[in-house]
Amino acid sequence: MAGWDRNQMAARAAEELQDGWYVNLGIGIPTLVANYVGDKDITLQSENGMLGMGPFPYEGEEDPDLINAGKQTITELSRTSYFDSATSFGMIRGGKIAAAILGAMEVAENGDLANWMIPGKLVKGMGGAMDLVAGVGRVIVVMDHTNKAGESKVLRECTLPLTGKGVVDRIITNLGVLDVVPGGLRIVETAQGVTEDELRNATQATIV
Amino acid sequence: MKKVYASAGEALDGVLRDGMTIAAGGFGLCGIPELLIAAIRDAGTRDLTVASNNAGVDDFGLGLLLQSRQIRKMISSYVGENAEFMRQYLSGELELEFNPQGTLAERMRAGGSGIPGFYTKTGVGTVIAEGKEVKSFDGQDYILERAIVADLSIVKAWKADDTGNLVFRKTARNFNPPAAMCGRICVAEVEEIVPRGSLDPDMIHLPGIYVHRIVQGPHEKRIEQRTTRKKEAA
Repeated sequence: MAGWDRNQMAARAAEELQDGWYVNLGIGIPTLVANYVGDKDITLQSENGMLGMGPFPYEGEEDPDLINAGKQTITELSRTSYFDSATSFGMIRGGKIAAAILGAMEVAENGDLANWMIPGKLVKGMGGAMDLVAGVGRVIVVMDHTNKAGESKVLRECTLPLTGKGVVDRIITNLGVLDVVPGGLRIVETAQGVTEDELRNATQATIV
Repeated sequence: MKKVYASAGEALDGVLRDGMTIAAGGFGLCGIPELLIAAIRDAGTRDLTVASNNAGVDDFGLGLLLQSRQIRKMISSYVGENAEFMRQYLSGELELEFNPQGTLAERMRAGGSGIPGFYTKTGVGTVIAEGKEVKSFDGQDYILERAIVADLSIVKAWKADDTGNLVFRKTARNFNPPAAMCGRICVAEVEEIVPRGSLDPDMIHLPGIYVHRIVQGPHEKRIEQRTTRKKEAA
């Protein structure tokens, strides 16, 4: 069983984006999606108050007033606009952002998403994730199919505190692509070198 | 009325009291009111409730007020960068109210706009919804979130005129306008106070009606995560 690496997952996720879309990318593998949008006219939103996020600055050109939602120094583009946090989440909550691509700790077959807290261990906060999954047009999760212990992260029910209830539309993992549909998950495709049986065996959720 | 003060300490004179609620602008270490935070530390005001998206880092920003145990409660969306925060929270010394980032921004905006609460679908079906009214509009559930009205707002801007009109720079705007709006008194620190009439009235980001006191920098403006790329060979 081979499957996709991080960059291949990001490249697959980039295929989800349509010309003209305004998109929010989360931290981790989702950030890599920006490298694979090709000729499509995609505007990246950074929820701390920016549309039209550019690449990292050249050494020596970092600006403390210009960061992304991961607090990394970035650059602006000719199309860039800046705004305050209330306006930023107004456009998120108002459904103006076509899609969010984000990581997850767990996803359930009903579209529930958990990616912000492990009780007693990880208490960092949800940041803008709850607003994003509740507000954007399409929620695409990109993550490893299993955790470090080899257990499925694609579950019948989430065990961790939820980020959003019934919010996920599509799941892209190292093993393939799954859609949330009535009754469970539907296999859209398998990753290179992965059979449908291997994908099913690595998935706890109901596959319909 | 004179709004310009000579130092952060003077700008806060008479407005600080123990147990008060403070709304602070900034995202991470970007656009934080670093001078006013340091002045609150020096003033020793205690039992503060602070509404701010983040809590600074251990030795800069709101982390300073955590080190000195002046904060009793934080209202934040993300506190991952502050080890001292985590320690105080896990040991029960510090109270923490997690707010989704957009909910926190809107609570401030609403508080400054005379709107006591609003319904949002953010957090429906999660721990955030516990104890909150749920109402259905057009078949979709929303939860009621209350506005924040702070005793004091502390914000950072790029430029101000002496009437308090503010202009921010790039992503350092972030929570500063909504935080400024929700305070009964707002104190702004800026990099430059410019002569009246030199800011284009069409380009004011926050009108001076929201800003009561102003103090000019210098600012350290620390970078939290320096990320760069290499210049490609020609």
